[in-house]
Amino acid sequence: MTTMTLEPPRLVRTKPLLEIRDVSRSYGEVRALHKVSATAYPGEVLGIVGESGSGKSTLLRMMNLEELPDSGSYHLDLPDTPGDLFELDRFARRMLCATRIGIVYQNPHLGLLMKHSSSGNVAERLLIAGERRFGVLREKAREALSASEFPLERLDAPPIELSGGMQQRVQLAKAIALEPALLLLDEPTTGLDVSVQALLLDTLKRLQQERKITMVIVSHDLGVIRTLADRVMVMRRGEVVEVGLADQVFQDPQHPYTQQLVHAKL
Amino acid sequence: MTRVLDIQALSKGFSLHHLGQDIAAFDAISFSLDAGEFVLIKGINGAGKSTLLRTIYRSYLPRGGAVVFHSAHGPIDLARAADVDIAHLRRTEIGFVTQFLNARPRVSAEALVAEPLRLAGESADAALHTARGWLSTFGVKEELWQAYPSTFSGGEQQKVNLARALILPRKLILLDEPTASLDAGARAALVARLAELKENGAAMLGVFHHPGDVADLIDRVIDLTPDAAPEEDREDVAV
Repeated sequence: MTTMTLEPPRLVRTKPLLEIRDVSRSYGEVRALHKVSATAYPGEVLGIVGESGSGKSTLLRMMNLEELPDSGSYHLDLPDTPGDLFELDRFARRMLCATRIGIVYQNPHLGLLMKHSSSGNVAERLLIAGERRFGVLREKAREALSASEFPLERLDAPPIELSGGMQQRVQLAKAIALEPALLLLDEPTTGLDVSVQALLLDTLKRLQQERKITMVIVSHDLGVIRTLADRVMVMRRGEVVEVGLADQVFQDPQHPYTQQLVHAKL
Repeated sequence: MTRVLDIQALSKGFSLHHLGQDIAAFDAISFSLDAGEFVLIKGINGAGKSTLLRTIYRSYLPRGGAVVFHSAHGPIDLARAADVDIAHLRRTEIGFVTQFLNARPRVSAEALVAEPLRLAGESADAALHTARGWLSTFGVKEELWQAYPSTFSGGEQQKVNLARALILPRKLILLDEPTASLDAGARAALVARLAELKENGAAMLGVFHHPGDVADLIDRVIDLTPDAAPEEDREDVAV
């Protein structure tokens, strides 16, 4: 009584925007990722769930080219970005990452300069991409912060003076300032109180619908994943144990671990 | 008649790993559905009525058999189609109507109802206009249109859900007890909308607590009760 294998897509003719194949990574004796593959289609939201140490954040860092695997390949279906991104040199990786990929970390300290102004944090992204005109920098930073529903009267406040929810909005603005093809979210709402979390989720959903932006979101909060994700990938001990449509994974989980996870939800 | 759905030897069960148990839901069900046809699924509690609908929609993964849907792009087996293809069909051709609303934080009733139209490419203004029309048809009070439905009563939430689920015409509509706990006005609006969609060629497959609500729409009845005759023509619909 095993599940039937699914066919490759027939109606959806576009290529996946993101394709990761057979990625493995070990730290000494510890196997962080083992032959992990993942795809995300244009405009799709892929959710990754799993307990701490399942390898989900390591995988996200690899999607952001912050870290390289021992083996495996990574393709983004973008013009001028052929081949395996893991093979790019350090400079090309950094440039690609700055211009085409946005990321929001759980910990804002990882993504922001806490003592610089919020607008400056966003503008820094644009500077790396080569924009030098002050007026354009200011205007684009303002636009991105406004799209992230950041209160514009606090444009020049440094993140260190802001609440956790506002810090996440600055990260989000920085991530979307260059209209990236891929937005990565690592536990973006963890640690925020419930109402702030709801507001941020709503902003993410709206951005996703308006901009058809492809997102990969890692969270251990199944409610967050259920709200945002089209498809869900379940990871455990560095391996993918189950992938499926979000409602299917939550309503009819197949793997024993996924069943345990779903039933443990409050 | 144009065929919409061919279900062949469809089986579903659930493995509960932590109990080491296997629960069979239904086994080797076969039937078909044409455009403009309304089929009632009946059966005792636990016969697998809702499970069948969810398996066709692929919220549940089938164990065996085929669910051939004749889409605008040709036939495709929903039991084996790729997840992204299923997601595409749900956005364009297959609808699922339940009695429960999936409210999202800080999204107003009218925005929720308008969303399928906006995603299908209508302008925000036109989508909102149509959405308000349907909220009114289903009897949701105007003061509530801009409020967040998570705090609405069960009945009001259900009306918002119906407006959202039936706002776009679909080739195949799965109905999981959509009339349960509706007031008479909303029920009449629902039946009228279903009749209109059926008239325009939608194929419908539904589970109803009180099939009398939709008696005039039913063309055929399929009984999932174990050992029941697999299919009967509609004579009377009392369950």
